[in-house]
Formats: sequence, structure tokens, C-alpha cells
Amino acid sequence: MSNVFIAFQANEESYPIVEAILADNPKAQAVHSPGLVKIDAPDSLTIRRETIEGQTGRPFDLQQLHINLVTLSGHIDEDDDQFTLSWKH
Amino acid sequence: MDTRVLKKKLGLKERYAAMTRGLGWQTTYQPMDKVFPYDTYEGIKIHDWDKWEDPFRLTMDAYWKYQGEKERKLYAVIDAFAQNNGQLGVTDARYVNALKLFIQGVTPLEYYAHRGFAHTGRAFRGEGARVACQMQSIDELRHYQTETHAISHYNKYFNGMHHSNHWFDRVWYLSVPKSFFEDAVSAGPFEFLTSVSFSFEYVLTNLLFVPFMSGAAHNGDMSTVTFGFSAQSDESRHMTLGIECIKFMLEQDPGNVPIVQRWIDKWFWRGYRLLTLVAMMQDYMLPKRVMSWKEAWEMYAESNGGALFKDLARYGIREPLGWKDACEGKDHISHQAWNTFYNYNAAAPFHTWVPSDEEMAWLSEKYPESFDKYHRPRLEHFREQQQAGNRFYNKTLPMLCTTCQIPMLFTEPGDPTKICYRESDWRGNKYHFCSDHCKGIFDFEPEKFVQSWLPVHQIYQGHCFKSDVDPTKEGFDPLLAVLDYYEMNVGRDNFDFEGSEDQKNFAAWRGETKQGDRT
Repeated sequence: MSNVFIAFQANEESYPIVEAILADNPKAQAVHSPGLVKIDAPDSLTIRRETIEGQTGRPFDLQQLHINLVTLSGHIDEDDDQFTLSWKH
Repeated sequence: MDTRVLKKKLGLKERYAAMTRGLGWQTTYQPMDKVFPYDTYEGIKIHDWDKWEDPFRLTMDAYWKYQGEKERKLYAVIDAFAQNNGQLGVTDARYVNALKLFIQGVTPLEYYAHRGFAHTGRAFRGEGARVACQMQSIDELRHYQTETHAISHYNKYFNGMHHSNHWFDRVWYLSVPKSFFEDAVSAGPFEFLTSVSFSFEYVLTNLLFVPFMSGAAHNGDMSTVTFGFSAQSDESRHMTLGIECIKFMLEQDPGNVPIVQRWIDKWFWRGYRLLTLVAMMQDYMLPKRVMSWKEAWEMYAESNGGALFKDLARYGIREPLGWKDACEGKDHISHQAWNTFYNYNAAAPFHTWVPSDEEMAWLSEKYPESFDKYHRPRLEHFREQQQAGNRFYNKTLPMLCTTCQIPMLFTEPGDPTKICYRESDWRGNKYHFCSDHCKGIFDFEPEKFVQSWLPVHQIYQGHCFKSDVDPTKEGFDPLLAVLDYYEMNVGRDNFDFEGSEDQKNFAAWRGETKQGDRT
């Protein structure tokens, strides 16, 4: 099994995204370093639009992820409602 | 009353298809092969360009929107940093030397990448690949500009940044990044994508932009961390393009596999050698440290790269040839590179120094297998000599590796006490290399690499003096003539940090005694 990861700039816009990831992916772990928050998860990690919207109470377009995204690993599957990283095919 | 008819919006996948497909056409009065002459000669066979898929499915309209937003955020920070004299808030003026290396050696690569992607995008007959290259070309130009803008503020206060573009084409160690990119941009379009998008961006770029930038934040440099992460947010897309391109080539034709494997072997090693500079920046040039080069290598190369090559095994791709040697190097290369720059600091427009006792203790802790045994004694010797008034500057030019152009500073696999030398004979001449892998790269393409512009050879051949210089004149000092050709400001840009103008100025601006005076 391999890990996937995604990292964001540590700022107010990223926190609800990080919270949503941790809520939706029980095995995911967040590691904080200066300016940066990196989330590792075994095998796969999913970001759900609805969960983020639940955190903030306003509409969220998943492509807004690009603004504070720093890096990631794994294959991407993205549509309007979810964004998944995994090593699956 | 009119009923409002809601037009159903296209989903992300349909939007991507609508914005990237059907943009091309079959040519009529010229054959396609003449319009796109470069996308077949490397031997890569593509049967269906429509299989190219950008996993982010970013379309041009969304691209401009999000890039615009990134720029506004970035420039707000850069402006605030300048308005608040942020340069006075960095931990220590030694830190600024990492930024000097950045503007000298990394920023020009962004511009090369901009040009490379513009050229490569034109070479592909598939529209998906062309759109992706176009976006990346614009991204890279943005990185060149934002890095220049952010670091130009430091240039007002510190030495070693005023001629970075001029230096990139001349100064000895800057031929390392320059030759890396010139090798890539002069390759075919598929090799270019494998070199820059895959080997550099996907496998190695995290090592430059993530731990080092986190280190910038830790050292109080909000301006650099913001341009770094802003650039890296584009890198996420570039990395994705890199892996997509590899999968696309491997899936299109089984005959592509050995070609791609050879490129991965070559470009992993070229990229790894290039990152020697970053290893040194991370272990020696950040006064407050986040993680060691070794830890960063383990996190971003070994564990992440390991997962990647495990995944690519299903296509018949194995880990790059130099992988094991690169993993062994994690204990040594930062120390070996710092030693070399300490030696040649008379000819390098940034400062070096011997780390403090506290910093050496950190290095011992992070490198328990190697630092105390191999690298600390040399630094302590340098310090002793310096305190006795004999700060050592090496004035003999080093032998360079013909492939990576780095001085012969790396050691034999399995023996960190012995410098590694390899050589090849080709058409009556002898060529020298730092490793089996640099030799292997040369041996496969000697016609290309015999053209290397090796700074040491060029200096000895007399090509690095200004045109009005007379080397036969009495009292001629070749080193000073070379530094004059570089347009380095001798005594301000170069030499040890101890006693430098940067050190004195920074202490005065902060109302402190200079750091060298503390006990």
C-alpha cells in the first residue's frame, strides 16, 4: 500500500478544506510545518464539495482548490462534486 | 409571466472536452507531417491523441480566473513585505544568500521552461497536449516574473543579486542549471516533457519548493514563501501533466516503453545532480531549520517516488538506474557541495561560512552516520584556520564533469572518502565524469555532450576575459580578470560572510553589533 498526499498553504481559506478532508477520510493525517499543512492518507483521499460547503455555509467550486494548493501525489479523478487522489486504476 | 428556463450547465468533464477538443484540424494543402515535423523522430508512436487527458480538466477560462486570484494574493504579500521593511525581519543576513542562489540559478530556469513549453506545445499535433503546454508556458513566465519582483526588493539592500542574468550565462556553477535546461530544450518534444514535466516536476520539484519554502517561512521571509507556494500551486498541475504524459506514451505503444525508460534514467540523474545546490541551501543556508535534506529526500523522493515507480511497474517501467546511488548520496551531497563553495568562494557571488557549534550539533543529529565522521572535521579545520587569519580560498580551478558540469566533488558509492572519477574516450579525446550515470548519459549521446560549454575549460582557453584584456602584461591576475568578465563586485559580492558588507549593514540596520562579534 502506498500513501497519497496533498498539501495546502496554511491560511484561512485552506482550513475548511483540511477539516473536510479529515472528516471524510478517517485514515488521513494532517502534518503542520511553517506556512504549510500536508495531509497523508493510505491508498486514497477524497475531497467532497458538500462537506466543504457544510463547513463554510456557502457554495464552493472544487477548482478553487488550485488557489492554495501546494503539492500532491497520486492519480487524480475530479468532477464537480469530488476530487480523489489514489494509486488505483 | 415567463417561466425561467434553466439551461443545464455542462459538468466538469463535458466542459473540459468542449474547451480542448475539436480545436485542431487536418491540414489540406500541406501534409500533417510537414506541419508537425518534430513529434515522430524520437521514435515515440502515438495512435490516438484524443486519449490525452488533463486530469485537472482545467480550461482556459478557469485558468485565467484562478491565476488572477493567485497573483492578487501574492502581490498583496510582496507589497506588504516591502512596505514593512520585511528584509529586516529575516532571522539572519546569512539567510539572504539562499535567495541569491535562487535568483541566480533557479529563476532563469523558469524562463527556460517558459520558452521550452511554448516550443514543445507547437510541436504536438494533439490539442489536449498543446493546451496543457500553453498553460504551463504561461505559468513559467509568471514564475520568472514573480520571483524577480519578489527578490528585487532584496537586491536594494544586499549584494550578490545585481547581475543575475549576466551571471547565469557566465559564472562557473551556474552552468550546472543552464546546461541542464539547454540539454532539455534541445531534445525532442517527448523527451522534453519527460525531462521537465516528469523527472523534474513530478519526481523532484517538491524537494525545491516545499521544504525549502517552509524554511523561508520559518526564517521570517513571507515574501519568498508566498512566491514559492504560489509557484508550487502551478507545479501541482505540472506534476500532473508529467505523470499524464508518461502514462499516455506508455499506453499508446509498447515500443515506447524502452525509449521512455532511458529518458527516465537520464533525467532522474540529471535532476538529482542539479538538486545538489538545493541540498546545500537546505542544510547550510537556512539559519532556522525545518528539516534536513536527508529527511526531505526520504519524504518526497524515497517514499513518494517509491510509490510512483511501484505504480509504473505495470507498464514495465522500473525505478531509474541511479536511484540507489542517489539514495546513498542523501548522507553526503549537501556537505560535499558546501565544502566546494567554501573553497571557491572567491569566485562565487554569494557568501559562505563555517556553521556555528549549534548548527553543527544539528547536522550531527540529522546525519548521525556521516556528519561527525566525514564532514565535521573539515569544517572545524576551516574554522581554526580562519581564526588564525588564514581563511582558505582555493584558487586552482577544479575538474568538471562533462555531463552535469559540477566539479568532481562526489564520492564513490560505498566509500565517502574517495572522490569518484570516470572517463570515456571519444574520437581521440578524453572526457571526465563524476559518476557511472553521468558517464552513461554521455556514452549514449557523445555528439551532444562534447559540445558542453565547460566553464573551467573556457577560462583556461582564455574565453572568459573581457576583450580588452592583455594576459601577457606583467602582473596579470587571471582570476581577477575572470571576475571582471563576470561583472562581479570583488570584495562585496564574494568571500566569507564574516566581515562582509551584508553582515555589517544588516547588523547596523537592526541596531545590533555584527554577528561575528558575539561570543
